[in-house]
Amino acid sequence: MSTTSTLRPRAETAEPPPKRIGFGGRLSRWDLKLSPYLYISPFFILFFVTGLFPLVYTGWVAVHDWDLIMGQGEFVGAKNFTDVLGGRDFWKALGNTFSIFVLSSVPQVIAAITIAALLDANLRAKTFWRMGVLLPYVVAPVAVSLIFSNLFADKYGLINSLIGLVGIDPIAWHGERLPSHIAIATMVNFRWTGYNALIFLAAMQAIPRDLYEQASIDGAGKIRQFFSVTVPMLRPTIIFIVITSTIGGLQIFDEARLYDQFGRGGADGQWQTLTILLYEQGWTQSNFGRASATAVLLFLIIVVIGVINYLIIRLISTPEVKR
Amino acid sequence: MQPTRRTITAAVATTALTLSLAACGGGADEGSNDDNDSSGEAGGEQITLTVATFNEFGYEELLTEYESLHDNITVEHVKADTADNARDALRNSLGADSGAADIEAIEIDWLVEFMQYPDKFADLADPAVEGRWQDWKVDAATTEDGKLIGYGTDNGPQAICYRADLFEEAGLPTDRDEVAALLEGDWQHYFDVGKDFVAASDAAWFDSANATWQGMINQVEVAYQDESGEIIATTNPEVKELYDAVLTAAVDDELSAGLGQWSADWNDGFQQSSFATMLCPGWMLGVVEGAAEGVEGWDVANVFPGGGGNWGGSYLTVPAQGDHVEEAQALATWLTDPEQQIKAFEAKGTFPSQVEALESETLLASTNAFFNDAPTGEIFVDRANAITFQPHKGPDYFSINTALQDALTRVDVDGTDDAATSWDKFVADVEALG
Repeated sequence: MSTTSTLRPRAETAEPPPKRIGFGGRLSRWDLKLSPYLYISPFFILFFVTGLFPLVYTGWVAVHDWDLIMGQGEFVGAKNFTDVLGGRDFWKALGNTFSIFVLSSVPQVIAAITIAALLDANLRAKTFWRMGVLLPYVVAPVAVSLIFSNLFADKYGLINSLIGLVGIDPIAWHGERLPSHIAIATMVNFRWTGYNALIFLAAMQAIPRDLYEQASIDGAGKIRQFFSVTVPMLRPTIIFIVITSTIGGLQIFDEARLYDQFGRGGADGQWQTLTILLYEQGWTQSNFGRASATAVLLFLIIVVIGVINYLIIRLISTPEVKR
Repeated sequence: MQPTRRTITAAVATTALTLSLAACGGGADEGSNDDNDSSGEAGGEQITLTVATFNEFGYEELLTEYESLHDNITVEHVKADTADNARDALRNSLGADSGAADIEAIEIDWLVEFMQYPDKFADLADPAVEGRWQDWKVDAATTEDGKLIGYGTDNGPQAICYRADLFEEAGLPTDRDEVAALLEGDWQHYFDVGKDFVAASDAAWFDSANATWQGMINQVEVAYQDESGEIIATTNPEVKELYDAVLTAAVDDELSAGLGQWSADWNDGFQQSSFATMLCPGWMLGVVEGAAEGVEGWDVANVFPGGGGNWGGSYLTVPAQGDHVEEAQALATWLTDPEQQIKAFEAKGTFPSQVEALESETLLASTNAFFNDAPTGEIFVDRANAITFQPHKGPDYFSINTALQDALTRVDVDGTDDAATSWDKFVADVEALG
């Protein structure tokens, strides 16, 4: 046994090596170099097919006269962009989008963090309450919109009837611009506040409890603890939620589209958001070129907002680094 | 050898994933195309035909009947909630060249739009169906080179629905013949009677300016686009006159209940007795009956301001992309047969467009219990005979009319604009369409 085993390696190192490198060795070298790329390739293949290609193609469509059914027409350069930017619809939709976004995101984050703080306290039937806040999230947006558009109906809606009882004039929830934004933001908040609260709650649970102990030994009350311990520790989570709700807010579609029976954002575009405008141009007016131009502009706006977000985050996170 | 195997596994996994994704894409297509899963047209083979409609066509029982007549055919009914949504869906599937149902219903207001793409539809011209419809109904669906795009289903001859109880309270006649005599005349006369009514009642005269507009514009022979396709909507004095007339009546004379048609408020308005009359094409009877459930006093008068008027009516088309064009055409032929159209009328009140059906005893004898047993068959046959022409609707009719409806809503429902500023916005909207 021992002689054969000493002989074998010698034989192997003496002659077969070139063959080996040619076969297993080269394969294993490829393996080392290529495998990692293959492992991550599904993401990139997916990204190229479903993400990058449509993105680039949208840009291509945006510089052509493009009909939904007839397809590609002539090259028109920047005409679609000047049409979109020159019309009153785009600017109005942009204003509406931001107005609804601010009206929904700001109260949402504040409410979510407050609810999370309450859920983080020592409650009875904790799981019940925690699941409870998620309930609105699992209700289909269509159902939410149906219920809310009845609540916010102008003439015979529940809210106008209620405020009528205390002598307030009915509010034109569909007719006027700001009330319609408030109504839509209410739907968005109803749906997303609980979801965000749960994310905050998860982050709060990760805060070491001894920090609170120390704080209460130092004589800090519950409210002081919340602002001096909880909120600073939540900073990364707050940043995450602000970014996700920004992107979601700029793309708001469902709630606004289902707010009335036509889904076009009101007779005067009172609550027409950028995505509804895009849909209207593409599917109703059949003008894909113009819709693509709007999509490209929306993309640029989101990029700009993303950069602003990034700068603000850097600003917020500097004190932490200094410390 | 182990690393090698891993490499192969990874490669295989990647390929498999890519393939399965591609397969998913294909699968989704097939799912929406429903008929693809049956393998061929060969006789006796099971095939599934999809029929896409919207609102109420009254086809539920008919489709079951067709299945029982043909052992190898299963019919699937896809129903959109509004005509607008059906239009968007059809545009989409024509654009993608897949996903359309075997039979797609098209509303007359957007038929012209789809007539621009005759290649996307099967030619349904067939000696077997010649002379079946009123001429104007067939002409509207025939291209210049004689290709027939769709088979006519229903029409929308209009009468006036009214609340006899509210009429009585306001001291107006309640009998449907007397009401017909009272309202006989042009639109101005209809509005004048409304002023008398409103002075003596809490309710408004009509539901919304939008609905009334539909009746008025459908009596204009050339409204928004001339024969050459030129958009004249913003310069046509006839359009502007009607616009001013309807808004003066609605807002200045307070005849309108200001309820945006099809809105939640509009539906509630039926229960709140907020208006006394409305324009009623045949298919509207089912809508009223649904929204005004439990309200008594609705009746229908054999009269329409300004003569006859048609609102709506549809066609069944067969998109050329389907796998079972022949079978679909056979089903469409059967569904639009006068005999079947009478059954649809009995089911949902959709008024037939077939010449033969108009003489049907069943149709003439039919009454509607909800509308105080009104002889609706007789009334709507009269109203259909009062229609003398079909207005010319250009390819942009739908978009322009939508913009005009928005203009009316801003003044009548939202109150955010007056007639003049709202008109300016309408002009801007139409110019932006280009």
